[in-house]
Amino acid sequence: MAIAKPTEATRVAKTGWLGRLSDQLWRSPRLLLVLLLLPPIAWLGIVYLGSLFALLIQSFFSIDEFSGLINYKFTLKTYGELFIPANFDIIVRTASMAAIVTLAAIAIAFPIAFFAARYAKGRWKAIFYLGVMLPLWSSYLVKVYAWKLILAKEGILNWGLETLHLSWLLDAWLSLSVIGGNSLSVSYTGTFLVFLYVWLPFMILPIQAALERVPGNYLEASSDLGARPMQTLRTIILPLALPGIIAGSIFTFSLTLGDYIIPQIIGSSRLFIGQAVYAHQGTAGNIPLAAAFSVVPVIIMGFYLWGAKRQGAFDAL
Amino acid sequence: MRSDQPAPLSIKILAGAGLLFLHLPILLIFVYAFTTEDKTYQWPPPGYTLKWLEVTWNRPDVWEALTLSVKVASISTLIAMLLGTLCAAAVSRTRFFGREVVSLLVILPIALPGIITGISLRSAFNIADIPFSFWTIVLGHATFCVVVVYNNAVARFRRLSGSLIEASMDLGANSFQTFRHVILPNISTALLAGGMLAFALSFDEVIVTTFTAGQQATLPIWMLEELVRPRQRPVTNVVAMVVVIVTFVPILLAYYLTRDGDQVAGHSK
Repeated sequence: MAIAKPTEATRVAKTGWLGRLSDQLWRSPRLLLVLLLLPPIAWLGIVYLGSLFALLIQSFFSIDEFSGLINYKFTLKTYGELFIPANFDIIVRTASMAAIVTLAAIAIAFPIAFFAARYAKGRWKAIFYLGVMLPLWSSYLVKVYAWKLILAKEGILNWGLETLHLSWLLDAWLSLSVIGGNSLSVSYTGTFLVFLYVWLPFMILPIQAALERVPGNYLEASSDLGARPMQTLRTIILPLALPGIIAGSIFTFSLTLGDYIIPQIIGSSRLFIGQAVYAHQGTAGNIPLAAAFSVVPVIIMGFYLWGAKRQGAFDAL
Repeated sequence: MRSDQPAPLSIKILAGAGLLFLHLPILLIFVYAFTTEDKTYQWPPPGYTLKWLEVTWNRPDVWEALTLSVKVASISTLIAMLLGTLCAAAVSRTRFFGREVVSLLVILPIALPGIITGISLRSAFNIADIPFSFWTIVLGHATFCVVVVYNNAVARFRRLSGSLIEASMDLGANSFQTFRHVILPNISTALLAGGMLAFALSFDEVIVTTFTAGQQATLPIWMLEELVRPRQRPVTNVVAMVVVIVTFVPILLAYYLTRDGDQVAGHSK
């Protein structure tokens, strides 16, 4: 599109240094670009990338077992320590929890997103939108605290089960070997519930966004051709919603991998990656091992994103 | 994929149950703030009282934590608004080499688990011999708040037609006048929404803060200590309720500021 050049009659002379600077910026967009980008890039580059780099470097150092001091020499020994059974268990435990939380979040989020995208109109649309948004943004710690109240021995969940005479069900569940425990608030089941609750909105929003984009006539065509609703769901809607599901799973998976507060407050005493990082950098003072541990979620997420990309999940986004 | 038919009952029930699951725990907080029980989390509450509101009001440690949180969130939000807007202006106005890298760099602090951001900053402060202070907290918060301002601003810049800017310049305004009179009024609501979300994000942040704070306790840190070692349950209940109310306000405002335009202010959390 051709832009009309200002004629002599309409052009107003730009005077003063501000005017000259302005003309200069208009003539060389590159200079403007540099000026715009310099502050944010400098901030993020120095503060953030610099710090990440500092962390990465430390993971290649090791700790001297006798003196407890950090040995500043390049080594892969610290990474090797990740594979001793005690540490490897932590990684497996965290990754399994992340996977289960993700699957459960998909199952609960899908109907909500489906309803919001397909049926909610007008006021209900707003209610559903805010209904997901408010829990998403309300305080993380308050949400964890709410679950501490719910899962407490004298709390509402046990009270409800007792009132319904279903306490035996909970007892039977808690007597199971891995997922059980003395009470819900010190079992993996409790940790799982809190993770699920806290990350659920992060799953709903991307699925809803993906479903909004599914053309309605695809579904009509599908049913015209004789597909039953479940068939339409399986062969048309789910594949088209997959990018949204994967986008949501990236959130739930990554957030679970890095969290150290939820398993500390609600859960058994067995550690998750985040807690291991926290413990090693704090009281133990083993910064190299803490650094190596914190590289693990990054690597897992790297593979996860790579796999998602290979599945073509990003093409549709 | 909007449908004009009413939803099947099964989907209604599943969606409704899902929303209830999201909201009941938060509602529970409101009930517990008024319970007379102060030693356990007993349900149903044996009685209701307004006493704890007064007790909490007179607690200096709660006020100190609250003041610190508000200060940190305000300054971090201002920094994030400046950096996020600059970045959004650059990315949306021009195509340049490395544009994708810039977007990635902005998103990274929130995409990586908070514990990584936290421990990275901590080890960097240690290496650089920077003592922990108010400013180290701000440094961390501003870094991950940039992305919410950026996302809101980018969406609005995309809708801002380039011909408006050209018209302003043709009529004799210089770049700064154009920014002041044309660009700023057009992006202001998006900036305000982004700023509120950044404030809410910073106000609530705990994971990065535990690594970048020294002796100071922001409100989330105060709450975390109470969660790990409950000492004053009634006060914690009231603080939790207040935090819920305080964070709902900016979210609702941000929603109303952006709802007619570029979708979803908070999508970026």
